[in-house]
Amino acid sequence: MTGQTFLHAAYLAVAVAFIFGLKAMASPATARKGIVWAGYAMVAAVIVTFFWPGMENRWLILLGILVGGVVAWRSGKKVAMTEMPQMVAIYNGMGGGAAAAIAAVEFARGEVHGPAMLVMAVLGALIGAVAFSGSCVAWAKLAGKMKKAYRFPSQSTLNIFLGIIVGWLGIGIVVDGHPWAIAIVLFFAVSLLLGVVLTAPIGGADMPVVISLLNAFTGLAVGFEGYVLQIPALIVAGIVVGASGTLLTHLMAKAMNRPIRNVLFTPLTGEAQEEGQAIEGRMQETSALDAAATMRYAAKVVVVPGYGMAVAGAQHKVWEMCQLLEEAGVSVSFAIHPVAGRMPGHMNVLLAEAGVPYDKIFDLDEINNDFAQTDVALVIGANDVVNPIARTDKSSPIYGMPILNVDHARNVIVVKRGQGTGYSGVENALFYMENCRMLYGSAQEAIADVIQHVKSMEG
Amino acid sequence: MEGIVYLYVFMLAAFTGYEVILRVPVILHTPLMSGSNFIHGVVLVGGMVTLGHAETGTQMVLGFVAVVLGAANAAGGYVVTERMLGMFKSGNRKGGA
Repeated sequence: MTGQTFLHAAYLAVAVAFIFGLKAMASPATARKGIVWAGYAMVAAVIVTFFWPGMENRWLILLGILVGGVVAWRSGKKVAMTEMPQMVAIYNGMGGGAAAAIAAVEFARGEVHGPAMLVMAVLGALIGAVAFSGSCVAWAKLAGKMKKAYRFPSQSTLNIFLGIIVGWLGIGIVVDGHPWAIAIVLFFAVSLLLGVVLTAPIGGADMPVVISLLNAFTGLAVGFEGYVLQIPALIVAGIVVGASGTLLTHLMAKAMNRPIRNVLFTPLTGEAQEEGQAIEGRMQETSALDAAATMRYAAKVVVVPGYGMAVAGAQHKVWEMCQLLEEAGVSVSFAIHPVAGRMPGHMNVLLAEAGVPYDKIFDLDEINNDFAQTDVALVIGANDVVNPIARTDKSSPIYGMPILNVDHARNVIVVKRGQGTGYSGVENALFYMENCRMLYGSAQEAIADVIQHVKSMEG
Repeated sequence: MEGIVYLYVFMLAAFTGYEVILRVPVILHTPLMSGSNFIHGVVLVGGMVTLGHAETGTQMVLGFVAVVLGAANAAGGYVVTERMLGMFKSGNRKGGA
């Protein structure tokens, strides 16, 4: 067997392992095994690549792997679970940047021949560059380094203008075949800028969908550059991720009732609410003692956690409280909205971290009809996802988003830091309802107080 | 002819990606996104091949950037996914973090 055949046999095995790994990750029982298989496959792929015929600069390659790998490995080990979304965003951006850099080198070497390869190289470069700069913006937003959504009146005109320039340059490169260096540099510059202007206006609540979309973009870029380099394993892995990422983006957008077009081009704003329905009633406050008593002597409590709880790091305390309640004979479950946290499933991860078994955690569809038989719905750090306005007020920006029907429960207790609005900036009608009580304070302290009171009621 | 074969590869890979994800519980959306983020880290292999054939200084710099970014994508994607999935446990075991 020649070296070349061995290399390609190894890449084939790697591609198969990736697909099986991804398949295994789609089920809770085998998910852990899936990522480990894929990890072994990646290591194997990197090792055999050192034996690619005609490879030079081997030490430089090894150095690059060590630098990138060690830095990312250590930051990935350290990061808190709440900050996971921005880490996924930044690693994804790096993949896109790598794909764009590969395209740049192949152009510079004049190794891109024929119309098919030129089209692939140009598309991969464009998508990779957009994924890179877009992911950097997404990271900055989620990490709180860029608070505002940047918008100005002629934004969509600018987008179209940049799109036309990129398209024109890209077509020029494909038709020419041996483009000038300046055209290529300009092409990358405009592509990077396009990634920024597409992502900058998007509001925080839509960020998960954008990250998922950029993830699919990077996959496609990798697939296209795999064609340029004639490595089928890259094509298969990249396109599999591109396709699954697109579907995942669609599923997420559907869960939020925000079509992808709207996410990209009509960002959520808090401005519409002024003409919306007036909210009647007033907020009623409660104490930790009352909250403890209400839950301790209830038959069924449903906890609705939101990102606010996770940021406060209160999930351990919440689970401790739930265990106390269960010992007192109360049935406790958790209701998770599809966009609780910053990404679908993020809240499940955070609860799992605190030790909550996943059979106590229910989706919106599974639990929404149970609220009518629920004694207490405890809302911690969630806001928009329990706002009944989404059902009734057509002028509200969150109208039509499926919500958890906590207002149907006999009692609602909302743990909240202050009287502010949610992530979307929309006023929450739930807080003004007759059966709702507000427990002000940080989630951590409020729940600790409740735990003390529940303990004192024992026996 | 070879170009056409590659188009089939593209098409079949796209179907595979779609089918693999089609019935996945919401609970796994985030780990799965993170896992697929890891898998496109295979771009590292492309970066290695590119740097391995770089001729000029500019090409070497760009190739080196590709390798560093690709390695970071792969390593970071793996650690984050593995940490997330390591937390999922079933049953009524009590446990802290």
